[in-house]
Amino acid sequence: MSETGFLLPDPEDPDNAPFWAATARGELRVQRCIGCGRRRMPPRPMCPGCRSLEHDWEKLSGRATIWSFVVPHPPLLPAYAELAPYNVIIVALDEDPTIRLVGNLVASADGSIGEIDSETIQIGEAVRVVFSPLGDVHLPRWVRG
Amino acid sequence: MVAGLRDGTAIVGIGQTRFAKGLEDTELSLACQAISAAIDDAGLEPGEIDGLSMFSMEEGREVEIARNVGLGDVTYFSEVGYGGGAACGVVGHAAMAVATGQCRAAVAWRARKRAAKASRPWSQVSQRIQGHWQWSRPFGLLRPVDEIAMLARRYMHEFGSSRDHLANVALAFRRHANRNPNATMRDKPLTREQYMAARWISEPLCLFDNCLETDGALAVVIVAADRAKDLRQPPAYIHAFSQSIPAQHQVMTNYFCEDPLVGPSYACARLLWERSDFKPADVPVAQLYDAFSPLIPLSLEGYGFCARGEGGSFTEDGALEWPHGRLPTNTSGGGMSEAYVHGFNLVLEGVRQVRGTSTSQVEGASCCLVTSGEGVPTSAVLLRR
Ligand SMILES: [Zn+2]
Repeated sequence: MSETGFLLPDPEDPDNAPFWAATARGELRVQRCIGCGRRRMPPRPMCPGCRSLEHDWEKLSGRATIWSFVVPHPPLLPAYAELAPYNVIIVALDEDPTIRLVGNLVASADGSIGEIDSETIQIGEAVRVVFSPLGDVHLPRWVRG
Repeated sequence: MVAGLRDGTAIVGIGQTRFAKGLEDTELSLACQAISAAIDDAGLEPGEIDGLSMFSMEEGREVEIARNVGLGDVTYFSEVGYGGGAACGVVGHAAMAVATGQCRAAVAWRARKRAAKASRPWSQVSQRIQGHWQWSRPFGLLRPVDEIAMLARRYMHEFGSSRDHLANVALAFRRHANRNPNATMRDKPLTREQYMAARWISEPLCLFDNCLETDGALAVVIVAADRAKDLRQPPAYIHAFSQSIPAQHQVMTNYFCEDPLVGPSYACARLLWERSDFKPADVPVAQLYDAFSPLIPLSLEGYGFCARGEGGSFTEDGALEWPHGRLPTNTSGGGMSEAYVHGFNLVLEGVRQVRGTSTSQVEGASCCLVTSGEGVPTSAVLLRR
């Protein structure tokens, strides 16, 4: 566990490092194939469309809509149980709705994942990305509007 | 097109331990007990077993099984991964090995002490998450139930399905368990009111949308059809078998493909029905993998019992209930009300339906569909009399 007790991604994972480097700079970037232009998420070495290994990291607007959401209740790992019930959402990115990201709906970048009344969350809501510092990474989370 | 497995092999022995929380025996011991019982049920000797087909997650390895049960020379052994997706997979691999002559009598099994906290993978996570889970777990999507609840919410939104449909699933399986003396929930009836009042686990899923936490083990013995005829039990012929990892699938968090509500069942079903003399409409009874209730509508659609989006409404009017439903499903109580042993109890109940010995026996069942984990790389078998 981190000192916060939350689970963390590995920002040094060779496939994922550019994603986390971007979120640390306040940018949402996804992997895009140089060969055929196909975006892919989660990141991986080879493009499943054309098998190219060449790719760049396209900067996106950070605008998205809520595709689905859940509200976990205990039993949960202690750090998460303290915040429960909280929300976890999946968003579909505006530039490419087949590219989805798991995240949380928060009131602000440093807000708690349990602070939004889950009864008010709706599939289809427009959201935009914020970057929440956690341990040594910045997680992409989402605010309304 | 090649003939496939079609009725070339059969399950001729079944065995299981009792199901409970907190059994004292080790997983290896439970596996040996179930395998031993299955060999006895078939009327074979341990020395006649020369094939082993098991879950990758299995604690007791092949060598230990062979050394304990007293097997002779084993000439075939293999593993299938992905937890609950593997149950029909290990049966199918055993059948393929027998059909191709790599062994003459194969055992497939699953032993698990699920009720032990240490056996829940999500409770053993470290600070740094590896692999694709790092795109979901840091955000608090921690458990399998959270991952499936995400699909369930989207399903309800897209198709106007409701919690009543999920209750139909939970209640049907509980009623079957109430008739099954081996079921963990044998003496615990469940009402719709209790379902609706139950505590949330991961909204929109409540306690009764989840499978049980069970210790136990089950095993089957598979031989060639010509030999099966001379053994003591009515053969449950393996009519068709299939596995699937659909295009762009991701284990449990299958959110990154084009349509996450088209799960692994679809790809698995395509080959299964291609290799079968039966069609979905010919199937009188099914055992569908039920780690979570929303997997049932998804599987009903994937295996072609109804169209996409109709799995929820399919459950209405007692459709899943023995004896009068249009498709009595999980007639032993399934993972939600009999026992959760990675879906292997569904295989044994499929055999009992074909033998005619289920406690919720569908009269003259000609065949029974058995499926494994939806949401993971999966497998299915169609058993017939
Ligand atoms: Zn490409």
